[in-house]
Amino acid sequence: MIKLEAPLTKEKIKKLHCGQEVVYDGMLYTARDQAHKRIIKLLKDNKKLPFDIEGKLIYYCGPNPAAPGKVIGACGPTTSARMDAFTPELLKNGLLGTIGKGERSQEVVQAIKRYAGIYFSTYAGCGALLAQRVKKRELVCFEDLGTEAVFSFEVKDFPLIVAIDCKGESIYEQSR
Amino acid sequence: MRIVEAGIIKDKVKSLAINANVKIRSDVLRALKNAYEGEKNRLSRSAFKAIIDNAEIAFKNKLAICQDTGLPVVFVEIGSSVFINGNITKIITDAVAQGYREGFFRASIQKDPLNRNQKLSYGPAIMHTDIVTGGKIKITLLPKGFGSENKSKLKMFNPTSPLADIEEFIVEAVKAAGATACPPYIIGVGIGATADYAGLLAKKALLISINSVNKDKQLAVLEQRLLKKINKLRIGAFGFGGKFTALGIKVICAPTHIAGLPVAVNISCHALRSASVVI
Ligand code: SF4
Repeated sequence: MIKLEAPLTKEKIKKLHCGQEVVYDGMLYTARDQAHKRIIKLLKDNKKLPFDIEGKLIYYCGPNPAAPGKVIGACGPTTSARMDAFTPELLKNGLLGTIGKGERSQEVVQAIKRYAGIYFSTYAGCGALLAQRVKKRELVCFEDLGTEAVFSFEVKDFPLIVAIDCKGESIYEQSR
Repeated sequence: MRIVEAGIIKDKVKSLAINANVKIRSDVLRALKNAYEGEKNRLSRSAFKAIIDNAEIAFKNKLAICQDTGLPVVFVEIGSSVFINGNITKIITDAVAQGYREGFFRASIQKDPLNRNQKLSYGPAIMHTDIVTGGKIKITLLPKGFGSENKSKLKMFNPTSPLADIEEFIVEAVKAAGATACPPYIIGVGIGATADYAGLLAKKALLISINSVNKDKQLAVLEQRLLKKINKLRIGAFGFGGKFTALGIKVICAPTHIAGLPVAVNISCHALRSASVVI
């Protein structure tokens, strides 16, 4: 198990290899389908984003609300492939990497190589377990989207598996 | 004639909505534990461990097993001698929504599928109602996550199509799902009837206990053969490889027309949740 701590840098990311299990301490932003659509529209219109993606990780997640006294409800990953059309543009604009579940398109793999990014998979369908690793949650923007809004998470010992490394090596191709 | 008050159904369905989301089905848990024992692949083993730990944490903390608490699908069987004092569709959809709210589950339903601009809500649940003989009401809730629902497939075969083609179609459906729909999978297959009904049968197949053996000998053999073929894909838990791409496959057949042969595949992720109550 490799420990990975914020602040993340390209140098730290470059040391990680496909198939490695990592635990991450630090922050990440959630964003899924509708938030991506809005972010890409803002970039196209040359508008400033409501949060800085430079050097950050985006986690494809629509969390459950928190019960009273709790930080968050179940908060596992959603299918990454639905965000494939948007990811190259975000990597180009400084995003360091993404977290989700399942395969990515060839375009995303190429973009990860080009910008020395990374794609992590986390425990799919294990939202209750992952909720224990989220220490803080704040709404960032797009509140009207409900669970699809952008949140920032402070996580501790958040389990990640290097699914596609900066060289474009993919766990999903190796395993079969 | 047996009279059932709306309030009774409401309370039962509300707790059903919570239980179905926080408690893993016992047959699924058993299959997961067996797979964990039998898996050698390093990453897939940690995947199984995470899934089993997650089930425990969810139940202990009354948290949803998965953040995708699904589109709630409800199967209702109403005995013909039962009189329900109220509108059963409204009672159930309201009760499901209330259960989801009280369980602090996610509102995942978008009212406007094209414009996608409405506030997310808890329903309405999809309801399938059958009138059966007897004096009881059976209600089953299947919170169907969409990562796996998105991988559903339907094909209208010719009545003369060889079984091998149908088998290939089913295996290809799983291959196409790949790692995206949270494997290991449980596969439901509906064969026969009409396009829509085959789809319903495929979904109903997910309600059958994984360890039960199909009473139809031909189908039992077919299920075994398909499971072997699917596990040869080596997608494995979370798509990390290994022996268990699927934990089980269930096939339901129904009479169909001389001109056709509909085959529907409904895939469930490892977080196959369903619960029933008999009133
Ligand atoms: S496919 Fe199933 S386990 Fe995966 S996120 Fe959806 S509901 Fe959860």
